[in-house]
Amino acid sequence: MATTLSRREFVATGGLALAVTALPTTKRIRRPGDDAAARALAPNAFVEVGTDGQATIWITRSDMGQGIRTALAMIAAEELEADWNKVQIVQADAHPKYGSMATGGSSTVSDLWMPLRKAGAQAREMLIGAAAERWGVPASECRARASAVEHPASGRRFSYGDLVQRAAIRPVPEEPTLKTPAEFRIIGTDAPGIDTRDKVTGKAEYGLDVTVPGMRYAVIARCPVFGGKMAGHDPAKALAVPGVLSVLEVPSGAAVIATSTWAAMQGRRALECRWDEGRAARLSSADLSRELQARADFAGALVRNDGDALATLDGSAKAIEITYEAPLLAHATMEPMNCVADVRPGKCEIWAPHQAPDWAQRELAQLLGLEAEQVTVHTTLLGGGFGRRFITAELLEAAQVSQAAGVPVKLVFTREDDMQRDWYRPMSLHRMRGSVDAKGAVTAWMHRVVGPSIGEQFWPGSTTQMISSNKFDGIDAIDGAADVRYGVPNLRVEYGMTQTVVPLGWWRSVYASQTCFANECFVDELAALAGRDPVEVRRELLAHSPRHLAVLNLAAEKAGWGTPLPAGRARGIAIHHFFSDTVVAEVAEVSLVDGKPRVHKVTCAVDCGVVVHPRNAKYQVEGGVMYGLSAALYGEITVENGRVKQSNFHDYPVIRMPEAPVVEVHFIPSAEPPKGLGEPGLPPIAPAVANAVAVLTGKRVRRLPIVV
Amino acid sequence: MAIAFSINGKSTSVDVPADTPLLWVIRDTLGLTGTKFGCGMAQCGACTVHLEGEAVRSCSVPVSVAAGKKVTTIEGLSADGSHPLQKAWVEAEAPQCGYCQSGQIMQAAALLAKTPKPSDADIDTAMAGNICRCGTYNRIRAAIHLAAEKGA
Repeated sequence: MATTLSRREFVATGGLALAVTALPTTKRIRRPGDDAAARALAPNAFVEVGTDGQATIWITRSDMGQGIRTALAMIAAEELEADWNKVQIVQADAHPKYGSMATGGSSTVSDLWMPLRKAGAQAREMLIGAAAERWGVPASECRARASAVEHPASGRRFSYGDLVQRAAIRPVPEEPTLKTPAEFRIIGTDAPGIDTRDKVTGKAEYGLDVTVPGMRYAVIARCPVFGGKMAGHDPAKALAVPGVLSVLEVPSGAAVIATSTWAAMQGRRALECRWDEGRAARLSSADLSRELQARADFAGALVRNDGDALATLDGSAKAIEITYEAPLLAHATMEPMNCVADVRPGKCEIWAPHQAPDWAQRELAQLLGLEAEQVTVHTTLLGGGFGRRFITAELLEAAQVSQAAGVPVKLVFTREDDMQRDWYRPMSLHRMRGSVDAKGAVTAWMHRVVGPSIGEQFWPGSTTQMISSNKFDGIDAIDGAADVRYGVPNLRVEYGMTQTVVPLGWWRSVYASQTCFANECFVDELAALAGRDPVEVRRELLAHSPRHLAVLNLAAEKAGWGTPLPAGRARGIAIHHFFSDTVVAEVAEVSLVDGKPRVHKVTCAVDCGVVVHPRNAKYQVEGGVMYGLSAALYGEITVENGRVKQSNFHDYPVIRMPEAPVVEVHFIPSAEPPKGLGEPGLPPIAPAVANAVAVLTGKRVRRLPIVV
Repeated sequence: MAIAFSINGKSTSVDVPADTPLLWVIRDTLGLTGTKFGCGMAQCGACTVHLEGEAVRSCSVPVSVAAGKKVTTIEGLSADGSHPLQKAWVEAEAPQCGYCQSGQIMQAAALLAKTPKPSDADIDTAMAGNICRCGTYNRIRAAIHLAAEKGA
């Protein structure tokens, strides 16, 4: 095992040559209900310390690869003054006592930063109080270190395990004293990932790995056309497949129940279905695109209006109008959608790799006519999420199948189901106009965002209501457009909302994945119009904001902006202020290989406040770059005859190892509270690559994916 | 029809249709869930196991092909996570969500068995069939080099 001393261990031991344990071999993942006797000190919903001295941190958000199980445990362990090797985690079942359990918007670390610190500090103060009482000394003379309380003046020491029972009967401090950033021993270090070992030995449990006694396997035959439904089915051939037990009608189609996943899949293949394809039966991507084009010719709701952009544009000698387009995208998580459900009279138990177990609990209760406390939702590890796993549809389907079958079932999506029954990143169109003056300064900027609102589709009327009441701040589709940070005196942003039958969902960074592409390609077009350097123009536009300027300059400096490159290579830059308040700039170094863009290196600069777990923070930005690069170079879902054309990775390609660029990530040192990292690395990559491609080809990129 | 083969060094016999993909026998029949389902058509590599030491996509190999042969899954790569690749994966902190990593490690193990000191190009070629949506490719490459240095 790795025996490298981590920074934390150096700091914790003051650099002394104490024995340092290697990677912990103790069990790091507890299940709810395990070791009940060890729950001696439990002052709040998040932190427990047992008589064995083990600290348990309750993880109330979902881990889909962001490493939050580790990061959240670090935050609580920091204030608890726990020995990292004596920290375990429990993935919490859905419960209102944890507050929101929805994992999205890059909010996990920032939302739980204060609650977890307070939770850890409460337990720490109670343990110190218990020790001080035993010793008959003031608590102020005692300190906590590495899961023990020490009295330095006398050299006495109690381990946490020896104190928990006395600590537990002390009052819980309302406002415990938090540590200052200078006192951090765990935060800011590269603590080993809490479940890394499980992930390299096959022991880590994802939703698809859950098995419960008496469980059957199910796949559902659903109408392939958006909005269509089942008109009837003949189960005879399906029932003839070995292992198929039954075919049951459920609201979304016909569920094939079998003794194995494969038998269920084979049964569905044999099942004869008749479909009522409905109104979308002739729908194609060309129709969807035409709808957006048509809407773009009319003014939208005026969501921002600084100065007078229209008059400035009309009166300008140097003005351009450009239209950008972004396609539908699938999430394509590595783990296809799935859910294990066990519905019995008066209760429902769910095991799911889900991003919002609290939403699921509420919706399942409503569906089944149960109280929330009769619905147990266990969250497993998620084999990728990216926003896809906010959708509760699969969990509700699984519950319906279990209810109909009268046994626990594991509902499985094939890759084809997953790709063709997604809730897609919307299509969008961006009509932009801009002008520059004789000195090359940007004088006007107009951005007409055209496309559907995910919020409107989920909660019909919600976005319409915001538009009609001039409450533009809550409109999802203009994120990144209306709040563009550039200091342009005449700046106008409009939103032309469209409707679509295509199911929409939140895709990593959501609308920023489109608005940043439009904004940042357009800045480069304005720079070209002015005959100026793209970084120089951005510096001028961000001169009012030292924070953005620092990120921009760091990326440019680290990437060697303006320095010579090998022949055939070019750089492109982009910057984005993500809604979680993290700012990221990226420089992509690109060449053309066989006429296709090849991204060699991406240099990122990031201001995200305090970096809790530096190594993992880098991975989040790097992962955003890779995920965004798949979309930039390949990502496109198309619709034909109301059906999604793509079905698997052969026709929905993603980045593979040979195409993966080197990614450098540089963080701006900050003592500000953490601001989120799961998504902010994504938006700048597509425009950074597009801008480099435009340098290489002399032809601007205005549509995703990038085609040279 | 009973089909007998060796799984992680132990003999086993399963009574399933002969065309059942090895993946589903491993996962559903034998209960070894470390081998993952990703695409079902040998496009993503999540289901990679060793058949007689060769890396294969178990989603696309009928169990009948394994009859009388040796199958190794991630659970059998080492008894206790001590295979040099597993140690290197931990040291490099390679996984993010982790779902693809069993397949990545099994693919890498087959590479190192044939090419103990692979170049970047060797690694890229061998690993091109294994998708990771979290984007851990650079760390996987580094971990393979690390394991190669320490002797796989």
